[in-house]
Amino acid sequence: MHKTAIELVDVNKWYGTFHVLKNINLTVNVGEKVVICGPSGSGKSTVVRCINRLEEHQEGRILLDGHELTNDPKSIASIQGEIGMVFQQFNLFPHLSVLENLILGPMKARGQSRAEAVEKARHYLDRVRIPDQADKMPAQLSGGQQQRVAIARSLCMEPKVMLFDEPTSALDPEMISEVLDVMVELALDGMTMVVVTHEMGFARKVADKVLFMDQGEIVEQDSTDEFFSNPKSERCRTFLGQILQH
Amino acid sequence: MSHLPWSNLAALVQMMKKTCLSLIVLLGLTGCSGNIWGWYIVDPTTPAGWVNVKFLVSGMWSTIQISVIAAVISITLGLVVALPGQSAKRGWRIVNRVYVELVRSIPLLPMLFWVFYGLPLIFKSMGLNIPIDPFWGAIITLAVSDSAFTAEIYRSGIQSIARGQAEAAQTVGLTYAQSMRYVILPQAIRRILPPLANQFIYIVKMSAFASVIGMQELTRRANELVVTEYRPLEIYSLLIVEYLILVLIISAGVRWLERRMGSDERQ
Repeated sequence: MHKTAIELVDVNKWYGTFHVLKNINLTVNVGEKVVICGPSGSGKSTVVRCINRLEEHQEGRILLDGHELTNDPKSIASIQGEIGMVFQQFNLFPHLSVLENLILGPMKARGQSRAEAVEKARHYLDRVRIPDQADKMPAQLSGGQQQRVAIARSLCMEPKVMLFDEPTSALDPEMISEVLDVMVELALDGMTMVVVTHEMGFARKVADKVLFMDQGEIVEQDSTDEFFSNPKSERCRTFLGQILQH
Repeated sequence: MSHLPWSNLAALVQMMKKTCLSLIVLLGLTGCSGNIWGWYIVDPTTPAGWVNVKFLVSGMWSTIQISVIAAVISITLGLVVALPGQSAKRGWRIVNRVYVELVRSIPLLPMLFWVFYGLPLIFKSMGLNIPIDPFWGAIITLAVSDSAFTAEIYRSGIQSIARGQAEAAQTVGLTYAQSMRYVILPQAIRRILPPLANQFIYIVKMSAFASVIGMQELTRRANELVVTEYRPLEIYSLLIVEYLILVLIISAGVRWLERRMGSDERQ
């Protein structure tokens, strides 16, 4: 029996009158990797941002570990520490060194000692393969390195789930693989992951389940093999045709 | 940036010398043509002139004191006013807006009268015996009046930090206050400092209004000397030069600050 990490039940969201999420139902089990793809503006980033409450949904329920997300600020704060998030634009803190970026959350939000936080930070920098960049400023790193620092920063909070919002979309092509390699390793370690991406190679390699979204709806939701070998909807086939062409 | 005239103190002095000299030459020239000038009144080489110059310049210390204390209060108060404006709760944002719009719309002179002549009566009605002397009356007025502007400077500085920074801070579990303190404000301060320093120049100039409630600062001294000597042209000219020197010193400081901030932006 699988344990459920994230559950979305009939989630609806509007921006003003614009219906961005329409009846989203999604279950992510512990240890499962889910890839969400779809054309831009389809609402895939919004799904991820609702899961860690960077945005609020208006209808339906979102449960994490069986606890429903509510407006209670305490529950939001505790959730945001439990869920790691990697952004398209990295969002490293530019005024802090790499190491300081990594230890800020553990020290201030978790109350860990500096020594403890630094030790963990070095461990995760090692894992994302940039152990020697700890004292540099983010702007001195390449895009790929910055994104790996961002992944390490999230891991330092020892999250139960990692969310990725188009983690490679802002990267130069030659840097994409170094970030994906780190993500594959993380997946193999058993991390529960929800990844918004167009990297279908990555999806094939690690995803248990792939979702295709269009115009705020989940159009297709299948096991990875089924998704790529036998897409059911026309929209999904067209989309896959477009991005797999080259 | 060594070609800038601001790069060191010597250059600043040079700059001030040039400005003052050209001003004096200009005034001197007009003097030749019309014979309207009587500089002897503030000529430091004569005993009487020297007494007058000392009297005028002795207001400098009060002007500096009032301006510096008012600026420090305004910068602190501005932040206290700005933060509720960033809150997610509408009530807090309204508090911020009302304060800014109200204070910003009161002209300095009426506010000064209100604080100096009106506020003590309010204190009295509450059973408090708090006298307001010209010194603190001027400081309170300048600080409160200016705080609406510093609050807006903080607001624009905070808003100029990309939203992703606050989101990233949230996702590593920081509370709103922690995110402000460790992530947003340290970045915003670089953009805020130059306009704040600019605002300080404004305070120095506006401190002249303190003269009307009897504060013995630069403008008051000039007014008093004019009354006894009947030489408004020379005395007010000198007064302008006094403010000019003060402001030039401050703007040199501002440039220095800007250069320092700019240079370690990406280190």
